[in-house]
Amino acid sequence: MAGSASEYIQHHLQNLTYGKLPAGYERADGTVLQETQWTLAQNAAEASDMGFMALHIDSLGWSVALGALFLFIFRLAAKRATSDKPGGLQNFVEVMVEFVDNSVKETFHGKNKVIAPLSLTIFCWIFLMNLMDLVPVDFLPQLFHLMGLEYMKVVPTTDVNVTLGMSLSVFALIIYYSLKVKGVGGFLGELTLHPFSSDNMFLKILLVPVNLLLEGVSLIAKPISLALRLFGNLYAGELIFILIALLPLWAQWTLSVPWAIFHILVITLQAFIFMMLTIVYLSMAHEDSH
Amino acid sequence: MNINLTMIGQAIAFFIFVVFCMKYVWPPIMAALQERQKKIADGLAASDRAARDLELAQEKSAQELREAKQQAAALIEQANKRAAQIVEASKDDARKEGQKLIEQAKAEIEQERNQARDALRAEIAAIAVAGAEKILETSVDASKHNEMLEKLAAEL
Repeated sequence: MAGSASEYIQHHLQNLTYGKLPAGYERADGTVLQETQWTLAQNAAEASDMGFMALHIDSLGWSVALGALFLFIFRLAAKRATSDKPGGLQNFVEVMVEFVDNSVKETFHGKNKVIAPLSLTIFCWIFLMNLMDLVPVDFLPQLFHLMGLEYMKVVPTTDVNVTLGMSLSVFALIIYYSLKVKGVGGFLGELTLHPFSSDNMFLKILLVPVNLLLEGVSLIAKPISLALRLFGNLYAGELIFILIALLPLWAQWTLSVPWAIFHILVITLQAFIFMMLTIVYLSMAHEDSH
Repeated sequence: MNINLTMIGQAIAFFIFVVFCMKYVWPPIMAALQERQKKIADGLAASDRAARDLELAQEKSAQELREAKQQAAALIEQANKRAAQIVEASKDDARKEGQKLIEQAKAEIEQERNQARDALRAEIAAIAVAGAEKILETSVDASKHNEMLEKLAAEL
């Protein structure tokens, strides 16, 4: 067991990757590809050799499935939504919607139809994706192993691609609303004329690169920090679950139960933080204070 | 930890989900919430109004009750007065009737007395004639002396 521990961990951290391998590539099973080909990676090395032209089927599959589950439940409630006495499902959905709506209203004071549904989607979707972390680590991978799939990572938010995909979408919205609200000139001014400013025209121009560097970094840091915070928390949590799974069976529950209970807090908190920061960033994009 | 197309796939999925949520999930739920808020507000206002109406109705009914009582009291008083009047009037009538009866009886008595006197007078006249006949030993022709006898009877 000790020798295979690192293998076990590596195996659990490997995504099911479908990507493009170039012609002449020697695969893990010894075959040499005659031509460029899209295929499932047989091991981690192949997956990394695929480079950018690859898809993590498991991350995408689970995230889309969970997102669809969220929308299915909420759509069901929305269809049956009544202003009379609400049922159980509607109660739950209304609580979620009001919670998100209040969070948005507290932070964002402009008029925007996108932000509230966006925040609801972010919160519920990320929560569901994080929730997969509480499924015992060998449960689903083993099931898919029996179905013939070698690799299966069931927590989409432990894949940096997933978190980056969402944070970059938020980043695109930040840029879009900044340009829409402040105009190109206003946005550029915000990036170049602050925080250091001067009444002297010459000094002002001299300070532009400094300001641009500072503001540029803080702007770029937004999506990166958003993505890496969520990814880091969930990746670390997952790793600890995997490490606990390496313990002898009788000892596992003494650690995995407390960690899982603690993790309930983490997954909710991370979903909430992602949502709140999105609202804050978008509300900053709407503010024309400078 | 390879950065690859998954990122773009996730971004596309994210976009689709957000659009779906914005179009088909958020508006109906918000609409239901707002409608319920309005309903509750309306209901509270209606209950307020109903309470006020109730108060007004109670006041009105109390006042009507008071008026009815007053009316009833007035009616009773009137009826009492009228009854007294009726009793008084009937007493009067009875008295008059009694008087009349008494007078009638008196008149009858008078009449009968007169009749009796007349009869008595006639008999006395006859007795007087018979007496006179006895005295004169001759019969008095009643028809001859009728005029005298009548005068005599009238003197009685």
